[in-house]
Amino acid sequence: MLSITDLVIGFHTPRGTIHAVDGVSLSLDEGEVLGVVGESGCGKSVLALSVLGLLPQPPAFVAGGKILFRDQDLLKLPGDAWRRLRGNAIGMIFQEPMTALNPVFTVGNQLMEVFRVHRNLGRAEALRESVEMLAKVGVPAPERRVKEYPYQLSGGMRQRVMIAMALACNPDLLLADEPTTALDVSIQAQILELMIALKEDMGTAIMLITHDLGVVAEMTQRVAVMYTGRIMEEASTVTLFDNPLHPYTLGLMGAIPRADATFETEALTEIQGVVPGLGNLPPGCHFAPRCPRVMDVCRTEVPPLVAVAPDHRVACWAVTHG
Amino acid sequence: MAELLAVRHLVKHFPLRQGFWGRQGAAVRAVDDISFNIAENETLGLVGESGCGKSTAGFSILRLIEPTSGEVWFEGENLPALSPERLRTHRRKMQIVFQDPFGSLNPRMTVERIVEEPLLNYEDLASGQRKQRVAEALETVGLLPEYMTRFPHEFSGGQRQRICVARALVLQPRLVIGDEPVSALDVSVRAQVLNLMVRLQRQLKLSYLFISHDLSVIRYVSHRVGVMYLGRLVEMADVKTIYDQPAHPYTRALLSAVPLPDPRRRRRRIVLQGDVPSPIHPPPGCHFHPRCPEAMAICREEPPRMRRLAAGHRVCCHLYNDHEEWIVQPPASRTEIRLQPQDKGESV
Repeated sequence: MLSITDLVIGFHTPRGTIHAVDGVSLSLDEGEVLGVVGESGCGKSVLALSVLGLLPQPPAFVAGGKILFRDQDLLKLPGDAWRRLRGNAIGMIFQEPMTALNPVFTVGNQLMEVFRVHRNLGRAEALRESVEMLAKVGVPAPERRVKEYPYQLSGGMRQRVMIAMALACNPDLLLADEPTTALDVSIQAQILELMIALKEDMGTAIMLITHDLGVVAEMTQRVAVMYTGRIMEEASTVTLFDNPLHPYTLGLMGAIPRADATFETEALTEIQGVVPGLGNLPPGCHFAPRCPRVMDVCRTEVPPLVAVAPDHRVACWAVTHG
Repeated sequence: MAELLAVRHLVKHFPLRQGFWGRQGAAVRAVDDISFNIAENETLGLVGESGCGKSTAGFSILRLIEPTSGEVWFEGENLPALSPERLRTHRRKMQIVFQDPFGSLNPRMTVERIVEEPLLNYEDLASGQRKQRVAEALETVGLLPEYMTRFPHEFSGGQRQRICVARALVLQPRLVIGDEPVSALDVSVRAQVLNLMVRLQRQLKLSYLFISHDLSVIRYVSHRVGVMYLGRLVEMADVKTIYDQPAHPYTRALLSAVPLPDPRRRRRRIVLQGDVPSPIHPPPGCHFHPRCPEAMAICREEPPRMRRLAAGHRVCCHLYNDHEEWIVQPPASRTEIRLQPQDKGESV
């Protein structure tokens, strides 16, 4: 349904051109949940924004690749076609529900806009649909809430409003960029349950962008691990957690405190060093300077993403040729 | 293990001004009567969701904000009762590391200036000795002494947090309070800082009060764990008991809500309904009853008392009313100090 091929997104900066997304290929089937994991600066949010056509151009520019959604190339779409698609066939949820909602309009106003723009409903009808949608995402007393402003709602409620907006037009694809990162644990559980329920109800495909491997394990069927703009490893969720191959994936998994370990039993694995800035990336594999299995070839040649099993792709010289 | 810090009935209310004349009305009951000990070389984890008062508790212990009432016994003295001069002599033994490594370092100061500031405040050293101590502190946290002349913006988040730890350690404290010290860091860097803190505890015999909302991090670093909800401690036990046999319905729900990095494990999740209520008008009775899956009639009326389930395991919940009440013991350090004839025979 969604297929991204060799996507390269660059940014013009005063210090030269950098590539935030550097040759990413991904695909998403109908009704599938794909996780994109990575640390800050790995390009996962830029990837989501490019699928939504929301990158500010300039400074961003598309340096190559294709994004096919239902066989139309999104990158060649004119502006008003984008607007018809966004919020209609493709919905989105952002991380910060406070900044993503307009503080000077009521919740109802912002929700009704979706129905009025995309489905040409009148005021009264749009209001009725909005109240119904809020009830569906579990906002108590929706008749009262539509008249309130975002500041009157808690973080969890705001995120529910965002989800109500994203799902208002029954999208086929939902992009969720760190949807629960700003929320407390008990509220995160509510939102995750809600997303699972809605997905099963409506059959929406979800691209879930997160840094939390726990959320990935519970929510997704397939995962792509990103590092400095490139995909390092991609596999079905069960395979990735059972048999992680890339040293970066292994490092990430060892670095999270496991549910059954305390420091008395074992120390966390550290990945040495820090994520390099996109302005001074090493040639070859970007992970080479921090990699415990680094070889000479890693410092000069970019490893290709190779299928090591039908549902498992890895970009690492040590795994494929070591 | 010998007791280092004893907190007794600590309360912090933030009064809200109401009306034109600023008369006092309601108050935010941020910390509402909590008591615990921290032993030497021990880590106590304080966990809870936003607004539960865990950070306020940490700040009140250091008197970074003045507690409304209660006692904090450290090295045989009750900190809230001390004069500012007297407090200073104890403060150097208690340091804090904040959450935001960007906001808590002055961007105009060099690393040397940042780390030496506590020494300037507390120790009368020649500049050569001071430089030596700063270099040692940087080395302890795994930074090169050459970095001394650099400014905070030249460092990554993890390195900045190391600078914060160096600044906290330069005075050789006995207690370090970490207020979400790794929450702003990425996964791989978080592991570096956590390992560093655990290693330093062993090396320097430090005690930590580790405040975090992240249950996996708390489990990793803590010996004992206290769970807070709306200003009250609802459960406290050693780390194994809390995670293997949680007793309070809130602790159980929190633990079941954490997404586990294991796609094969599908657990029954206890999803709490609703939000954390406002601490200005907390619900009557048990603060947790409106969200509690096991609420009974008594929970709506009467606040539960702390019960003792086992040695070192206490819980504040009406489900355990058949257990004996948890008696708050007077702090050991106080009885030590007061060992005078007229006090003999006082129950301990």
